[in-house]
Parts: sequence; C-alpha cells; structure tokens
Amino acid sequence: MTRSITLDVNGVTRTAEVEPRDLLVYVLRDQLDLTGTHVGCDTSQCGACTVHMDGRAVKSCTVLALQAEGHAITTIEGLTRDGGLHPLQQAFWEKHGLQCGFCTPGMIMTAADLLATNPKPTEAEIRHALAGNLCRCTGYQNIVAAIQAAAAAR
Amino acid sequence: MATLFGSGIKRREDPRLITGRATYTDDVKLPGLLYAAVLRSTYAHAKLGKVDVAKAKKAPGVVAVFTGADVKDKLNTVPCAWNVPNCDLKVPPHPPLAIDRVRYVGDGVAMVVAGSRAAARDALDLIDVDYDALDVVVDPEKATQKGAPELHTEVPGNVAFTWKVAGGDAAKAFAEAPVTVEQRIVQNRLLPTAMEPRAACASYNPGTGQLTLWITSQNPHIHRFLLSVMTKLPEHKIHVIAPEVGGGFGSKIPGYADEALVSFASMQLGRPVKWTEDRSENYKATIHGRDHVEYVAMCGTKDGQITGLRTKVYAGLGGYASTAAPGVPTILHGLMYSGPYTIPNIDGTVYGVYTTTTPVDAYRGAGRPEATFLLERMIDLYARKIGMDPVDVRRKNLIPKDKFPYTVATGITYDSGNYQGALDKALQMFDYKKFRAEQAKARKAGRYLGVGVTTYCEICGLGPSQVAGAVGFGGGLYDSAIVRVYPTGVVRAYIGGKPHGQGEETTFAQIVADEFGIPVENVDVVAGDTEATPQGWGTYGSRTTAVCGSAVKVAAQRVKDKAKKIAAHLLEASEADLEWQDGKFAVKGSPDKGKTFGELALMANVAWNLPPGVEPGLEATAFFDPSNFVYPFGTHICTVDVDPETGEVKILRYIAVDDCGPQINPMIVDGQVHGGVIQGLGEALQEMVVYDEDGQLLTGTMMDYAVPKASQMPKVETAHTVTPSPVNPLGVKGVGETGTIASVPTLVNAVCDALAPLGVSHIDKPLTPARVWAAIQEARRGGGGGAG
Repeated sequence: MTRSITLDVNGVTRTAEVEPRDLLVYVLRDQLDLTGTHVGCDTSQCGACTVHMDGRAVKSCTVLALQAEGHAITTIEGLTRDGGLHPLQQAFWEKHGLQCGFCTPGMIMTAADLLATNPKPTEAEIRHALAGNLCRCTGYQNIVAAIQAAAAAR
Repeated sequence: MATLFGSGIKRREDPRLITGRATYTDDVKLPGLLYAAVLRSTYAHAKLGKVDVAKAKKAPGVVAVFTGADVKDKLNTVPCAWNVPNCDLKVPPHPPLAIDRVRYVGDGVAMVVAGSRAAARDALDLIDVDYDALDVVVDPEKATQKGAPELHTEVPGNVAFTWKVAGGDAAKAFAEAPVTVEQRIVQNRLLPTAMEPRAACASYNPGTGQLTLWITSQNPHIHRFLLSVMTKLPEHKIHVIAPEVGGGFGSKIPGYADEALVSFASMQLGRPVKWTEDRSENYKATIHGRDHVEYVAMCGTKDGQITGLRTKVYAGLGGYASTAAPGVPTILHGLMYSGPYTIPNIDGTVYGVYTTTTPVDAYRGAGRPEATFLLERMIDLYARKIGMDPVDVRRKNLIPKDKFPYTVATGITYDSGNYQGALDKALQMFDYKKFRAEQAKARKAGRYLGVGVTTYCEICGLGPSQVAGAVGFGGGLYDSAIVRVYPTGVVRAYIGGKPHGQGEETTFAQIVADEFGIPVENVDVVAGDTEATPQGWGTYGSRTTAVCGSAVKVAAQRVKDKAKKIAAHLLEASEADLEWQDGKFAVKGSPDKGKTFGELALMANVAWNLPPGVEPGLEATAFFDPSNFVYPFGTHICTVDVDPETGEVKILRYIAVDDCGPQINPMIVDGQVHGGVIQGLGEALQEMVVYDEDGQLLTGTMMDYAVPKASQMPKVETAHTVTPSPVNPLGVKGVGETGTIASVPTLVNAVCDALAPLGVSHIDKPLTPARVWAAIQEARRGGGGGAG
C-alpha cells in the first residue's frame, strides 16, 4: 500500500509514492534520482547517506520517507544552489579529503552541520563529530584538514 | 613549462565526487530494470535438502526465482584463477548457487528477481530451505586436525595445498644457532569493507547476443574473462563497465557467483537485472582477508646477526578457493620472508585450508602484511632475548644499499633500495635516544610508554607476465594504454587499469601532459570500460602506476616519435636535427621556427601533408610488461602510552618514511600512506572477524565490526626518500599497500615494548583493551603474554 507524500528537496517541491516502510534514502535515490546520497551500511553506522532535514544532518537510512513529509531535505546535489562549490566541497578538493568518494557526500553534509553549530571546531571536536561517518580510504587526516580549512575560510 | 611530474595538483576526479554527480554501479538505472536478491545460507555447514520456492514465485512483484538446480547446467562453476604449482593444489567445484551442501554462512542458495528491491527481499522470506546441519570448523589449524569435519570429499583433511619455500640450510642454521626465538602468531581475519558494497547490473540484448555488465570492479577485463567462463558466453559478446568504484582493497578483484547470476537472469528474462548487496550481506558474501595461524622461529647470533627463519602457516581459505586465494599466502607471502634483511637460511611451509567460513582472498597488502608482521615481531622478540636494541638488530641485518639488485634466500631479486637511508631519515624525525630516556623515566613513574620501529620492504608492481605464468597466475600482468590525440591537440588516454580512489585519472594525465608539453587539462584518462580500453589486468598489488603508468608513458613516447617525423617533414629538416623544447619540435639553433604539439596534432589528423610512408592519425598503443616486480620500502615508527589498568593503547606519534621512487603527485602519495596506515592500525588495534562455534558470523554488521573512526585514529607524519626502480621507464614503485604492510607490526611492537617491564612479550592482535589487559594479568602471573 503506498501513499503520496510531498517534500521539499533541494528547494524544489517533489512528490513520491511511498510505502510506510520506505526509507528516505531509497526514495531519494530510486524515485527522485538523487544518487549522490549513498548507502554504505544497514545499521546506521557509516553515514554515507547523510542529508540535511530542516538544516540538520540526519542519516537518511534511518528516516522513514513518511517522516520527511512536509520537511525540507538538502542532499549533496543541493548543497549550493548557484552551481558553484560550497566552501566544504572546495576544501575537500583542495586538501585531498577524498579518494574513492563514496563516503564523501555524507562527510560533507555532516561537516556542514558541524560548522553550522560550531564554526571554529578544534581537531578533536571535528574527529568526534565524524564518529558517525566512516571512510576506509583516507585515514581521515585530510578530511579533518579539509574541515579545518573550510572553517578557517569562513 | 614547469614539469607536472612531482607536482601535487588537485585531482580531476573530485568535482563529480564532491557534488554527488558520480555514477556508481547501484546508481545505474535502465528501462525495465529488475532487482535481484540472493538468499544466503544461515548455516555454516549443512546438507542442502529441498529448496521450496513455490510461494516466493507467487509473491507480488516477483518475476523469477532461481535455485542451484536451475542454474547447474546453465552456468559453469566459479573459477579459481591462481593455480599455484608444485603444492598439490586442490580446487573443488564452487557452484554459483549451492546444490547439495552449503559451506559457509552466506553461501548462495537461491536468487529472486522482482520489480523492486523490496519485493525481491520480501520474497526471500518465502523460500523454505531444508538444512541438515553438519559439524563446522572455523579455525584453519583445527581444520587440519584429525576428526575435523571435511568440507569437500575431494579434499581429505581440508588441506587445499602444502606450499614450501626454502633457501640456504635452515635446519643447520637452527641446529648451530646460539639463540632461537619462537612464537605462535594469529593473523586476525579481517573484513575489507570498501565503503561501496558490491553491486552488479546486467543487461542482455537477445537481438545482438551482447551482454553488458556494470560492476564494482578493480579489474574489468578480468571480470569479462571470468564472466565468460561462468556464463559460457563468448568473451567478445561481453561488455564490462566498471563505473565509479567506491573502494576495493582487494574485495573487488575476485569473480563472484553474483555477477554470473544477474547475467544469467538477464539472459533468461530479456530484461536488465541489478543486484546490490547491503552491508551485512557484504560481510558474509564478499571475501575476507588474512586469517593465518603461524608458528614462527628465528635464530641468530648473540650479537644480533639473524641466521635463519622458519615458519609453519595455516592459512584459512574459507569454504571455497576464491579467484586469487592460493597465491596470497604463498607467492605474495612466503617469498617475502627475508623482508629487507639478509637472512641466509629460510624454510617455510604454508598449508591452505578450507574452513566453513566466507572465502578469504587478497586484502590490501595481501600476504605481505602477514610476512612483514611475523618478521618484525620475531626481530623484536630476538632483540629482547639477546638484550640488544631492536633498531640496532634491524640495522645490522638490512641489505646494504650497494648490493642491489639483491637476491634473497627465497629466490626473488629486489630491484633497488636504500633501507638505511629510510631508517636514518625516520630516526632524524624522531629522537630515538630521547624517547628511550623519557620511557625510562616514565616507567619509574608507573607509566608505560613504548616504541615500535619497522623496517620493511614489499613486493608489488605485479609484475612480469612470464613470472605470472610460472607461478600459476591465470592471466598476464602487463598493462596497457592507448594514447589518442584529437585534431585540436587534446588527448585521451585509455588505460587497462581501473583506479577506484587512487587518482590515476590525474597522475596519468600528468605523465601525458609532461610528455607533450600541453596543459594537464587537455588530457583525459579513461578507465573501466572494456569496449574502450585495451586488455589490461586491473588495479591491485600496487601495480597501476608502475605497470599501467609505464604503458601510458611508452604510448605517449610513441605518439611523440610520430609527431617528430611529421615535424621534420614540415620543417624540411632531418629528424636528427630536431629537438623538443618548450612544447615544440624545432631545428636545433632555431627554436622560434618550431612546430607545437597542437600543430602537429592537427596536421597528423587532417593528413594533408604527411611524410611518405606515415599513416594519418596520431595515436599509439602500448602494452608494458615489466622486467621485474618493484620493491618499495621504508621505516615506520610509532610511540604509544599503554594504560596498565585498563589495557587501553594511546598512540602518541606515528611516523611513516616510505620510498616509492619518484612521486608523480606527492599529495596523492601521502593520501595513500595515510589511508594505508590507518587501515593497518585498525587491524592492529580493533578489527577482527569473529565466528562462534557454530560458524555464525558474530561481526556481521558495522555495529559489531570495528572499522576505525576518525576519533580513534592518530595523525600520520609522512616523509619520503627517493630510490628509483630500474624496471620501468618512470622509475616508480607502488605505495598503495605500504601503509597496511608496515603499520601493523609497528603498533604491536610499540605496545609489547611498552609492556616489557611487566614481562609481556607478545599479544595477538587486535590489541583491544581487553586483550592487552589480559596479557598484563597473565604476565603478572608469570606468563609471557600471548593472550587472545
């Protein structure tokens, strides 16, 4: 049994037909064609699916699509709306904060939330904030450096 | 123009990755797409009775359900492609879906194809399977013991192979040596955990007979070959595309049943079929790494000269022999027993053992981390026994820099090295004497500081194809590139390798742009599509830059040679009178009257005025087959502070000095080192696959398997020495795996050093607080550690 929901995704009103059990991440990926949000686990550990709901980072694998009804969702594709790069995207590029790139959208969305609430985090605060985002390639060092650089550039 | 080789320019891969515009396999969507889900055995070992799919077939949205019986005559078994010779290797058949027996939790039993992911998953629950449980064995040593349950009737005692390596006279060395140390070492089984799980999407066109497969692959040409074997489709009817690949670490080398099954389903149904594993499926159905039980002995003189090494290794293979599995604990492990040292007498025996567990195959480092770990661990035990500083023991035994190429006792020849140079550099960065003084002071205050120093070398840049053939590798190990110049002077390089995070789209463009004197933006690198790229052997074994990068270099040189002929013709000069300067060919002495690369590209492609005998167009193909492997090396140092009350290990500093020859892009090299070191520290500190006595995977999700987090890991201080390799035109060596090779013993030796005053001599990794604490308690009771 499905139901139609309406939500704001990256500033655009979108509708989707969802089952009660459908997770937000699959609605974003399969129905709304926003495949920048990734699925790296099934237990809410890896954070590759992180998006913003009303400006705060959430793991979209742990949000039912129904819960997102009427809320504003921002995905990596909509982090900036002017076609340019967000300072965090720029910093991840500059600092080699990614290798395979699979965790990167989630990392950037989490980092954006961090900097929104804590504009000048310490290294320890950054590392703590990334506890729910796993990266297997970089060893985190350049991810931390990128977030520090983005914070410094603000 | 400044040279691009050696410049840490930003990666051109990144814009699509940081904006969510990259296409990974699960992002592929095709008209009429169906979704597959695989029912996997919940038993580690059982006779498989009736698999009743009647209800599942009737479930909403379900299009088809296939069992082992359905595919048995349609698909071939999953091949093992590294048939190591002279070890009596036994590879029993590995059916794509189980037929009469399951051999690990995760073994495929049936596949459902449905109109949505959810419908396919739902239908799995409707399949009734009769299992008749059999005894299980998860430990590779126990699996060889009398009375252990046997997995395959063709393999009595579960021993798939007995492989030996010997050089010198180890028996004599041990008989005569004044000092011998022995240790049982367990190399914990690991989950590769590429962040992108495996996925495959097959689309068969009955009209053309062509199958297109999108797959998360490190080696699309190998997958094309293996898929041809499994599906019985001719190889030229198979088009493999590895789009963006989200990490591999070895787990995306093997051929798996899953891609053959989706291909089969697409061929049967005439519609595209996609399968994507979730993480808990990945943890049981994708290969694992390591899993050795080792008995190691080292002997030497009282003043630190190592004279012999002896090993007996039980290497777990899991339920079946995966694609490269037999080669990992043998060729890539046993041949490296000499490490960077002049150990004259070596005697190793490796048993490959089937156990009722997920198959084990190459995982970042693949055999060399295990070799380096046992060697470095033994050296520290030996140093402690003779009362000598472990750094001094290492220095005394390192191969001198003027002895290269150097042939070690295992019979392989190292290309180049300056091991003392890397050690010296690391010790300059780290004041060893000062630390020892601090350590002594801290010990008096009840604090346990420790230092581990690893000097390593490793074999990579796989490798000469002739050697590949001689050691039973079922393919070549050359690699390839087509360098194609467009009329407007822009360039595409089509490569046989398949980078999946290592940045070769950038570094190979640097090679080409340097060769042609053009902006790096004018060069694109294309990988991962078997229709576009020449036959290659993939990205693993830290081979892509050394082998495929060399093919790029050679192809670019060929292009330039042709451009020179055209330039000579246009300038009415002899080729011998031309020189290449500032991006153009000009007659020596008249640099302003030259022909730029762009002009020559146009003239070659329009072909209005070519020299006699020169064909139109400007492109070249190169297949580069190296004359030897490459042997990068280095020194890693780690210091730790161990809390004796809780067993907690705090890393104080981590220094990595690596020598991978000249670096094309130092930023990328450092990124490889960071990632490798942290992955190794995960192995050393917290990662371990746990099976219970029933063969159930207890670490089956990311909640239970401790992938390192940012908050748990240190910063890595990197530095480099530069010793070119003579075996390729770039002089480069690999650096993708050095981190996982060097960091594991470095950390463990640091912790054992910290706890030396308490009498702890060895702790099996991972060094979780519980294990460290237990080792301290045991040592206090009079044992020597060894907890775990």
